[in-house]
Amino acid sequence: MSDLIRLEYRDVTMRFAQAGQSLTAVQGVNIAVRDGEVVSLIGPSGCGKSTLLNIGSGLTAPSEGQAFVDGERVEGPNAHVAFMLQKDLLLPWRTVIENVMFGVEIQGVAPAERRRRAQALLENLKLADFSGHYPHQLSGGMRQRVALARTLAVDPTVLLLDEPFSAVDAQTRMVLQRELAQTLKRAGKTALLITHDLLEAVTLSDRVLVMSRRPGRIIDEIAIDIPDRDDPLKRRTHPNVAGYVNRLMDRLDIGAVPA
Amino acid sequence: MSDASNSSVVWRGTAVSLSLLVVFLAAWQWGPGLLGIPPFIIPPLSTVANEAVRMWHVSGLAYHTGITAAEVIAGFILGSLLGAFIGYLIGMSPTAEFALSPYILALQIAPKVAFAPLFILWMGFTVYPKILVAILIVFFPVMVNVLTAIRTVDPDLINLARAFKATRAQIFWKIEFPASLPPLFAGLRIGSTLAVVGVVVGELVGGNMGLGYLLAFGEGQANTAMVFVAIVMLTLVGGAAYLLVILIEQRVLHYLPKRAMSGF
Ligand SMILES: Nc1ncnc2c1ncn2[C@@H]1O[C@H](COP(=O)(O)OP(=O)(O)OP(=O)(O)O)[C@@H](O)[C@H]1O
Ligand SMILES: [Mg+2]
Repeated sequence: MSDLIRLEYRDVTMRFAQAGQSLTAVQGVNIAVRDGEVVSLIGPSGCGKSTLLNIGSGLTAPSEGQAFVDGERVEGPNAHVAFMLQKDLLLPWRTVIENVMFGVEIQGVAPAERRRRAQALLENLKLADFSGHYPHQLSGGMRQRVALARTLAVDPTVLLLDEPFSAVDAQTRMVLQRELAQTLKRAGKTALLITHDLLEAVTLSDRVLVMSRRPGRIIDEIAIDIPDRDDPLKRRTHPNVAGYVNRLMDRLDIGAVPA
Repeated sequence: MSDASNSSVVWRGTAVSLSLLVVFLAAWQWGPGLLGIPPFIIPPLSTVANEAVRMWHVSGLAYHTGITAAEVIAGFILGSLLGAFIGYLIGMSPTAEFALSPYILALQIAPKVAFAPLFILWMGFTVYPKILVAILIVFFPVMVNVLTAIRTVDPDLINLARAFKATRAQIFWKIEFPASLPPLFAGLRIGSTLAVVGVVVGELVGGNMGLGYLLAFGEGQANTAMVFVAIVMLTLVGGAAYLLVILIEQRVLHYLPKRAMSGF
């Protein structure tokens, strides 16, 4: 991990016009993610996490402030970033390998190279036997792995992950978390992970950022000082995990008696 | 569903279907006589079959069927192409949709077959007014289905493509177009049956060609059997058109789970 900043939000504020009124989704957000770092973003529903992801991927422009990826100001979609959502967004008319090649195909990578990259990724994610299957023939967990492969195929420096595993069952989620952690480590990718699962945030990240209720601001930052970031299953059992989770619950007002 | 239980469903279904056909044909042959219904109301099956043979030799049944089939195919293909084209065009431009929707709605409400006499006034007793009615009637279900499909594509899918820096054309060809195919084929199925309706109405209104003409001719002669023959042939033409759409659909949409496809 170097000190190079891969992803940065500088004083980002986002307002939406809703029912004739202006709604401030996020306010004055500053985030800096270093090269190879995995940072989780947690916060109450509607606090603007997905909004930040859209800004980082260049799909929407912030009302104020700027986002930077690899030192370049984000002014629209760019090849340095790729995102993955809770929905797998697989195209039902494409086979697994064709789905994985979707991004590289759009970016105009040569066909032979596309196939090579896709095959290598499917190999890594234990999907090689399914490359000719259609999405409806796969389980939810496999579909999410295909989505991860598609995200990695474009070889982004920064991955933006929006609750990528919240739609799969608990066991599959643990398997996928480990695969993600290993993949990120192996490829040295930088990632911003949005999640509602506090344990996931703690076991997968180097740092966790906590957002407030809307208008969302960053209200806390916790460095996770546990070894083995590429092995969340091992990390789970570490004695310090409970302390971190409790602190996050505290910051999110979970467990407090509602007023 | 497993292959084994699937094939047993096919087996039993086919057996029941065939027995129903036999029962129906038997009822047609002997039912009217047993119930005392005179042959000029419901001629028995054998009378209709004999009439079909007679018409084949004397009245040019094959010729008239051919004319109708050709009109149906021409009207169906042109109407589908036009419907799909306009559907995609409007679907990609919210402004166009907003501006055109009241007119589309008005045209959709207007009974299309009522245009038949008008078209015959314009184009005479040729095949063209019949084809035109078919085009008009096929156009709407196809266009509406394509339009709805384009409008309901998951915006996150579009964003995914945009995040990979897809051009507008790439978004269309890689996402919107393939996503619109299942609804397009649903529209084509409806269109294939409606095309027959459009053509027959055109033929009934004027001219001396096609099964619709034989229908009107048989009525004028009080030849009930002839009317029945024409109805059967029309059903066969419509059935063939529908089957053709299904066959193409199964090839194009081969990636869909099997059960979603078989629905007639
Ligand atoms: N395109 C938009 N137009 C208007 N309002 C929007 C738009 N996108 C988001 N919002 C509003 O901005 C706020 C933040 O939305 P966002 O989706 O970023 O929340 P979130 O933190 O991701 O929530 P969740 O955890 O439930 O996914 C919400 O109140 C939402 O209604
Ligand atoms: Mg969200």
